[in-house]
Amino acid sequence: MAELSSETTRPQPAEPSAWARFRASDFYWKFRRSPVAMVSFAVTVLLVMSALLAPLIAPYDPFDPGSLNLMNGFSAPMQPNAFTGETFWLGTDDQGRDVFSTILYGMRISLFVGFAAVMFAMTLGVLLGLVAGYVGGWTETIIMRVADVQLTFPSILVAMLIFGVAKGFTPIEYRDQMAIWVLIIAIGLSDWVQFARVVRGATLVEKNKEYVQAAKLIGRRGPAIMLRHILPNVMSPVLVIATISLALAIIAEATLSFLGVGAPPTQPSLGTLIRIGQGFLFSGEWWILLFPAATLLALALSVNLLGDWLRDALNPRLK
Amino acid sequence: MLAFVIRRVFQSVLVLLVVGLVAFSMFRFVGDPIDNMLGQERTQADIDRLRADLGLDQPFVVQYFKFLEGAVQGNFGVSYRQGRPVATIIAERAPATLELAAVSGFLAISIGIGLGVFTAIRRDGIASNIIMTVSLIGVSLPTFLIGILLIYIFSVELDLLPSFGRGDTVMIGGWSTGFLTESGLKALILPSITLGLYQMTLIMRLVRSEMLEVLRQDYIRFARARGLRERSVNFRHALKNTLVPVITVTGLQLGSIIAFAIITETVFQWPGVGLLFINAIQFVDIPVMAAYLMLISVMFVAINLIVDLLYFAIDPRLRADRAGAH
Repeated sequence: MAELSSETTRPQPAEPSAWARFRASDFYWKFRRSPVAMVSFAVTVLLVMSALLAPLIAPYDPFDPGSLNLMNGFSAPMQPNAFTGETFWLGTDDQGRDVFSTILYGMRISLFVGFAAVMFAMTLGVLLGLVAGYVGGWTETIIMRVADVQLTFPSILVAMLIFGVAKGFTPIEYRDQMAIWVLIIAIGLSDWVQFARVVRGATLVEKNKEYVQAAKLIGRRGPAIMLRHILPNVMSPVLVIATISLALAIIAEATLSFLGVGAPPTQPSLGTLIRIGQGFLFSGEWWILLFPAATLLALALSVNLLGDWLRDALNPRLK
Repeated sequence: MLAFVIRRVFQSVLVLLVVGLVAFSMFRFVGDPIDNMLGQERTQADIDRLRADLGLDQPFVVQYFKFLEGAVQGNFGVSYRQGRPVATIIAERAPATLELAAVSGFLAISIGIGLGVFTAIRRDGIASNIIMTVSLIGVSLPTFLIGILLIYIFSVELDLLPSFGRGDTVMIGGWSTGFLTESGLKALILPSITLGLYQMTLIMRLVRSEMLEVLRQDYIRFARARGLRERSVNFRHALKNTLVPVITVTGLQLGSIIAFAIITETVFQWPGVGLLFINAIQFVDIPVMAAYLMLISVMFVAINLIVDLLYFAIDPRLRADRAGAH
């Protein structure tokens, strides 16, 4: 007891700032020890920032017809154009659009669709998982049965089917405008199952703990217990799955757009650019294809590696 | 046992009914197909005649039953885009996809098992490490990029293999095969590698880890102690015992090969069912989309049902589990 009272009289050290606590954490230590994590984090940040700042960085606005000059078409990278003498870092496509700029703008769309789809899948999956785990009974049976059935189909196929069905339901005049949103919903709906399964499992464990019993005793209602008490305790695996899902969603978006059932030509994503570039493979304009493909690979790979690392660092049991 | 089988079959039928409802509601609620099928110069008489021909003038319930009746008989109506029965179009296209899938599956299994055994036996060799690293890259490359890469190397740069289509085909009783002509066989090489690569790496990694597990067992040590040849130990004793999980995974991957054929077929303009489906989505050709939706669902549901029932038949432990749970 004496020790305890002396403890309280001693001057308290200043509360460390959030950044200082982060620097002292295991998480940061593990991060600094892993070259793969640092490199993939740096690449991810670089790509995301350049996509966000595309209007500032991009030398041309590829969607402003006024800035396009057809004479600039098919300029090779780093070589002055035969007609106009202009030089483009990564060359131009058939319409004289700067490949570097279209990649920056395309990456914006790829990342936007990826993020939005994962957010959608995460919200849906977490809510359904919480309800399934907490409420149980018939609700749980129905939700988890649907999840099991969906899991037996490859998710890219599910996204394709949903895209097709949704496209069918959209009135013709809105199809191109709505394509991006339809794409987000399709990819999101194809990917919620992972979240729901993990959250349900964690909820089943958490709901028998004492803090949940206590919350019930003071009269909190089901939704409040689920969202305010259980949810924060099941979030760490959710974040890991979200990161890995982001890489998968970016590839899914690129695949669908490449197949011509994703982003419309008016809003080209990386996949759409690769689709366009494939047409010039035989005529020797390799840069129209290569640079978007390399960007897609760098993006997907770095996010994927980051997700893998995050999984090992946060929760080795998930492996 | 019986209760489990009945429950699984009931579930499968339920899934198919839900998919059927989705497919049917596409017919019912998606814009006016008449607009897509008739050109600008149409008369009201044309519209009425086509509407009656397609059965679009009948009430919802009648159309639904007609749809179900037709679907069970494999009749999905007339393609809006080609104006021919969907069943005929799919029957024409199916051999291309099935041949591609068969060759890919064969490649995936034979090369996958071969490399898996090799990398397990020489686990620290340079070749094994190279194969494992390359396989890791292969898994992380999206399928369509692998296809484009192969086209670039073998069609554009080396000019050895065709980059699109099936080559010459021979008709054998309604089945068009590319196996019998040189150009048909050549055309199969790149698409089947593209399609099978992912499954190949999957099988390879599975065989490798199972082999490493088995090679540690006592009966392998005993076989060696008996003085059996290395080859006999590796293939007759070790490999045989790794095959059960391999067969299961391969069975489940069968559906994936058909599904991913969509991507490969688009890259190589392979005239199969997958390309048909992609074109149907692009042009909102509802009957073709609905037929494909039903077809692929039946296939996946059947594969999963069979695998579940096989598990049940093979592994007696599951029976006790299943009876207790749920």
